[in-house]
Amino acid sequence: MENQIKDRIILWLIRLFFYFIVAIVGYIIFDIVYNGLSTLSWEFITGFPRRSGAEGGIFPAIVGTAYLVFGAIIVALPLGMASAIYLSEYARTGRFTSLVRLAITTLAGVPSIVFGLFGLGLFVIFFGFGASILSGSLTLSFMILPTIIVSSEESLRAVPMSLREGSLALGASKWQTIYKNVLPNALPGMLTGAILGIGRAAGETAPILLTVAAFYLPRLPGSIFDQVMALPYHLYVLATQHPEAEKVLPMQYGTALVLLLLVIIFNLGAIILRNHFRKKIQW
Amino acid sequence: MVINNPKVETEALNFYYGATQALFDVSIRIPEKKVTALIGPSGCGKSTFLRMFNRLNDIITGTHHKGRVLVDGEEIYNNHVNLVELRKKVGMVFQKSNPFPKSVFENVAYGPKIHGIKESSKLMEIVERSLKAAALWDEVKDRLSSNALGLSGGQQQRLCIARALAVEPEILLMDEPASALDPKSTSRIEDLIGELRKNYTIVIVTHNMQQAARVSDYTAFFYEGNMIEFDTTEKMFTNPGNQQTEDYITGRFG
Repeated sequence: MENQIKDRIILWLIRLFFYFIVAIVGYIIFDIVYNGLSTLSWEFITGFPRRSGAEGGIFPAIVGTAYLVFGAIIVALPLGMASAIYLSEYARTGRFTSLVRLAITTLAGVPSIVFGLFGLGLFVIFFGFGASILSGSLTLSFMILPTIIVSSEESLRAVPMSLREGSLALGASKWQTIYKNVLPNALPGMLTGAILGIGRAAGETAPILLTVAAFYLPRLPGSIFDQVMALPYHLYVLATQHPEAEKVLPMQYGTALVLLLLVIIFNLGAIILRNHFRKKIQW
Repeated sequence: MVINNPKVETEALNFYYGATQALFDVSIRIPEKKVTALIGPSGCGKSTFLRMFNRLNDIITGTHHKGRVLVDGEEIYNNHVNLVELRKKVGMVFQKSNPFPKSVFENVAYGPKIHGIKESSKLMEIVERSLKAAALWDEVKDRLSSNALGLSGGQQQRLCIARALAVEPEILLMDEPASALDPKSTSRIEDLIGELRKNYTIVIVTHNMQQAARVSDYTAFFYEGNMIEFDTTEKMFTNPGNQQTEDYITGRFG
């Protein structure tokens, strides 16, 4: 009897926490959508900003963020997948791999402003890429690398050992086994890591602040060596740096809503891709 | 018992998982185109021993061995031995059937494709021949393109046998191939072994003594990493030379 009561109390506690979290997320989304919807218009999305962003649209910032996320993913995904394959399939367990894993975990915990400084030092100044899409994408790619490595490695480890043995026993080489039999089964999990990475790359302000983002640049970039505006930084500027911060509140909400939508669209794309691969596997 | 021209042979083979020794001075001569059963209680080293013949223990980190393993008279643990060629010659069927999460066709064609056969008519021919040899063709010929994981347990195991046969091995290693199957599927696998013995040298690990008695020509009894006795199956089961063998076979332990 006593145990049943305990069970019920715990169940309700867990439920309470669950609803609490849902409520917070719900409130944030509601607030942004409710306040941002009135600003959202065709002109806002496709137009160029005027008067330091107090009027007009945010098109350059949307394009900038899209470029940065795309650039970060095409650098981080192959790099992260390769590292994960090495760690999971080739590296022998030992002091070295433990050290590498520790490094990756530490990298995941490094504050994003430190990545920004690192990008400023290495890409902007040392390599001489300047404040540019290239510098910003590379900086963001380093930031999301740990997420991609960890999730990729986990999904590789989830592929049963018996599949590797079955393939090796047929005379397949190690790489043939990985390429034909392990990777296809791990791909959906790897893409999950990419999805998480996309969300972070699109939303972070600090890393792009020092490496690419323009305060106010009402035109589209001409090459990867150009600066761009980006949604999170634009939002930051509107909220804290703008001379008429109070007046541009609707613009802030509109920008936040677009950023939210953009992340959702990126994620949806990745989820569709993941489900496509998952269907092919049919466990 | 004298065995001339063995297909597989070990000389004073010792095997270690790190500091733990799993095999002690095992010497055996396995005859060609016969079925040799390895029996013994769980953890006696019989599966480890089997996995020496296609060097599958190589993939386990921290293991090493001493002694010699010869296939067709050639030491297979030499650096210049081509692992791909070795494993093509020495096929394996695992305890837990492990079809790839691909179609029935792709499963069987996996090996030939890896070894460079691209022509689809040739692949089809190999798939059909292998599935027929594994007594599975009639059951799956209409669903070659459906996922192998949809087959029953017994069918999956026969598919794994077909997959192994597709690369035309000379030796077939079977690691308790029927231990996870129902009696009906088990007897089908046993019938199949009876067919395959004509063309292949088969080494089968089993903890089912009746099965060893039914399917094998020769039997080796392993206990705690030692090969206690090796003889014709008839002699082993009617008149074993060793007390431990007799105790095990009569069910006094194990």
